[in-house]
Amino acid sequence: MKRRMRKILEKITEGILFSSSTVTSLAVLLIILFLFREGLGIFTSTSVDRNNVLAVHSLNPVNELTTQQIGGIFNRDILYWDEVGGTHDSIILFTINEIGNYYNEEELGTDFEFLPQKIDELISHQPNMIAYFPNLYLAGNFHGKVLPHNKIGISEFFAGKSWYPTSEPAAQFGILTLILGTLWVTLGAILIALPIGLVTAIYIGEVAHPRMRSFFKPLIELLAGIPSVVYGFFGLVIIVPMIQKTFNLAVGETALAGSIVLAIMALPVIITIAEDAIRTTPVSLREASLALGASHWQTIIRVILPYSRSGIIAAFILGIGRAIGETMAVLMVTGNAAMIPTTFLEPVRTIPATIAAELGEAPYGGTHFKALFALGIILFIITFAFNTMVEFIRPRKSK
Amino acid sequence: MKPGKRLSQFIVFNLFGLISYLIVVILFIILGFIFIRGFSVISWSFLSAMPAEGMTGGGILPAIIGTGCLVVGSILFAFPVGVLSGIYMNEYLKENWFKKFIRMMTNNLAGIPSIVFGLFGMALFVNQLKFGDSILAGSLTLGLMVLPVIIRTTEESLKAVDTSLREGSYALGASKLYTIRRVVLPIAFPNIITGLILSVSRVSGETAPILFTVAAYFLPKLPSGIFDQVMALPYHLYVLTTSGTNIEESRPMAYGTALVLIVIVLIVNMIANAIRRSYRKKLKLR
Repeated sequence: MKRRMRKILEKITEGILFSSSTVTSLAVLLIILFLFREGLGIFTSTSVDRNNVLAVHSLNPVNELTTQQIGGIFNRDILYWDEVGGTHDSIILFTINEIGNYYNEEELGTDFEFLPQKIDELISHQPNMIAYFPNLYLAGNFHGKVLPHNKIGISEFFAGKSWYPTSEPAAQFGILTLILGTLWVTLGAILIALPIGLVTAIYIGEVAHPRMRSFFKPLIELLAGIPSVVYGFFGLVIIVPMIQKTFNLAVGETALAGSIVLAIMALPVIITIAEDAIRTTPVSLREASLALGASHWQTIIRVILPYSRSGIIAAFILGIGRAIGETMAVLMVTGNAAMIPTTFLEPVRTIPATIAAELGEAPYGGTHFKALFALGIILFIITFAFNTMVEFIRPRKSK
Repeated sequence: MKPGKRLSQFIVFNLFGLISYLIVVILFIILGFIFIRGFSVISWSFLSAMPAEGMTGGGILPAIIGTGCLVVGSILFAFPVGVLSGIYMNEYLKENWFKKFIRMMTNNLAGIPSIVFGLFGMALFVNQLKFGDSILAGSLTLGLMVLPVIIRTTEESLKAVDTSLREGSYALGASKLYTIRRVVLPIAFPNIITGLILSVSRVSGETAPILFTVAAYFLPKLPSGIFDQVMALPYHLYVLTTSGTNIEESRPMAYGTALVLIVIVLIVNMIANAIRRSYRKKLKLR
């Protein structure tokens, strides 16, 4: 009896242990599920809010406007109808706030009960007008032409250059600038961190005295442990003013500042993993090389580095992954201007920084909210791909 | 070796050394800078008072308490789950596809950017499970984030325990569970604790995951339950540097907050290293 109880107890314990071990996999699956559930909605959303309509005169030859065109028209970048496929007439804008310019309160009624009729009348009399107003005020017998709500297309999302998520009437969700901003900052960070990281890994793993090694290791761990806000703070009060002074810029918050801070943050990852790889080179290989008369330096270049190649590549990939996903430090030092960068001395805006800066203000479940989750999906896919790649590249520790 | 070759090797190695020391110099510049600027701000009242005068005066007590709550909450979740998971991975599972899959997922979880954890925490804990912006939602999000660290250290600590000890226990008729409980775990435990300690440092420094799950911009009262919002040190530093009402005048507060964060990380790292060192000695003595 007692024995049986113990058997059952063992089984129960094993069950608990098993379920604990599935938590990480479950978490990854849930992350995928929730990101996609919230984020994919962006492609079924419309850039013009569904509660509002855009309408033109019934004889206007324009039947459809893209998000960019709507944005251009309401920014006054596009002034004539022929620029969007219509006649050569100047565009007259109308939004609901301007109704007072056309009709007085009496004509609209005390509860705005005549408002739909008046809007209809206004559009009928103005062949070159484009009107933006709530659905609510669309008259039952509307004589104008209501433009269709376009869904946000995949190419519009990925290749669009303007990110104005809150502009009215058409919010612009082009993430190309954000993607380029992220790549730009990451590229800069990697260009700085890779050579320095590799050289340091070689020095600590191969050249330095073992006692020096135990001096370096904890310090590099400490560098990895410093919170990213502290890096951001340091970057903001030291690196940003330094860049501003050195290059004589109006603002020091630039891609370069982001790259430098990210490089410092990616270094511990690169050094630790590359050094591990270098140290797993079998002693027999090293000694054989030295016995053949090769110098220490030749042994490093010709034997040790080629042997630990895959580990070093893994270190690079993980370093890049760290840099791409880093949020707070980048948010604090890069200036966050959503424009396509042409040099390292301009402000840029990265994907993680955009999410961190805007999610708080995006209404829950709205198009902007979904767009930010879609950005999260992109980040997730990139880092997931990198990590999975590393799983296959990185050799098992052989001891 | 030819003298020329020897000379060039000498130069290259010294150059490498120089670059390596440069990294150490950068580390000391960051630490020194924050210590020097922050030291004069730190006082008992800075640590024990509420923020005042639009966050240009007063102290950071609610942020310290908030971070404390998040550390405790996330560890309460992540430590048991992580240790149990590590035990199962190392003691029960054989090297098969399932173990490889779990290990891959754990590594992937470790590589997911912190802001994605923030998005996820907001979608699942805050909105789906209706926890709202709360210590509970924030702790679970942070807990998931540090779970891989704890699993990895547990696995490695268990791996370091000699097989002969296990076999000795089995030979005496002990069951597997008994062996793990009475033989393996007591030896591995100090090392497992280092994983916990490193998680404390990670949790107290992360900002992105708590932005949308728990952190409050300004909340001059202490939390009274797990469904309350709290201020947190890293987010407070972010607010003070970028979006406070008076950024110039709240600069000293920012230096002080940064120093408190750095000191936490330093202390935690030192403890972890001390444990590791004494543990290594103990293993060697056996």
